[in-house]
Amino acid sequence: MKEVKKQGGLNAEIQSRIGHQLRAMYDDVVRQGVPDRFAELIRKLDGPEAAAAQIDDKDGRD
Amino acid sequence: MPLTDSLRDDILASVPSLRAFAISLSGNGDRADDLVQETLLRAIANIDSFQPGSNLPAWLFTILRNLFRSDYRKRRREVEDAEGNYAKTLKTQPAQNAHLEFEEFRTALDKLPQDQREALILVGASGFSYEDAAAICGCAVGTIKSRVNRARSKLSALLYVEGAEDFGPDETVRAVIGGNGG
Repeated sequence: MKEVKKQGGLNAEIQSRIGHQLRAMYDDVVRQGVPDRFAELIRKLDGPEAAAAQIDDKDGRD
Repeated sequence: MPLTDSLRDDILASVPSLRAFAISLSGNGDRADDLVQETLLRAIANIDSFQPGSNLPAWLFTILRNLFRSDYRKRRREVEDAEGNYAKTLKTQPAQNAHLEFEEFRTALDKLPQDQREALILVGASGFSYEDAAAICGCAVGTIKSRVNRARSKLSALLYVEGAEDFGPDETVRAVIGGNGG
């Protein structure tokens, strides 16, 4: 396993900044929680058959 | 395994990060939620093939990633307006400067090849190990590591090295020396 050891101060700073921006973008969505439509969807599905039926419906519509 | 109440809860608990993954991949909030919906339906339809005790988020992410890939091939041409749509999905609009910086970041992220973008998101934002990310993407651990590294260098070139695409390092150095001398 070769690690990148040549990272200088500036590069390390940029990388930490990129990491921060990436997580900020991502966490902004995570913080929105579970939209009602998904909570409802999962609550309403009795099991695999019901889910499969909805997939089939959708494929038929498209 | 059967769809128990606790499994339902676990699936539901993964929804916020599935959405974040979908939006990060697609750059489009509406499309991302369609992807999440499709992922949930397919996960529950195939719940019998989920191994109890194995990594549920990784299993769900794999389904979403594969759906996105097949969908992406179909829709390749009708892309974009990604930035505008993504901004609408934000609950609170960031302050103007932060917003600009965010748009720049989003644009740069969208410029990465898909393999590199998904690897970077899985490892750098979703917090998966290299091993889990490799399993999700169906490739070797070393491949994930090199994709993440390439993604990081490309982003840093796009965002922080001004004119990196126009000048090689030699020209840049010469320009600096020339500027000082003149």
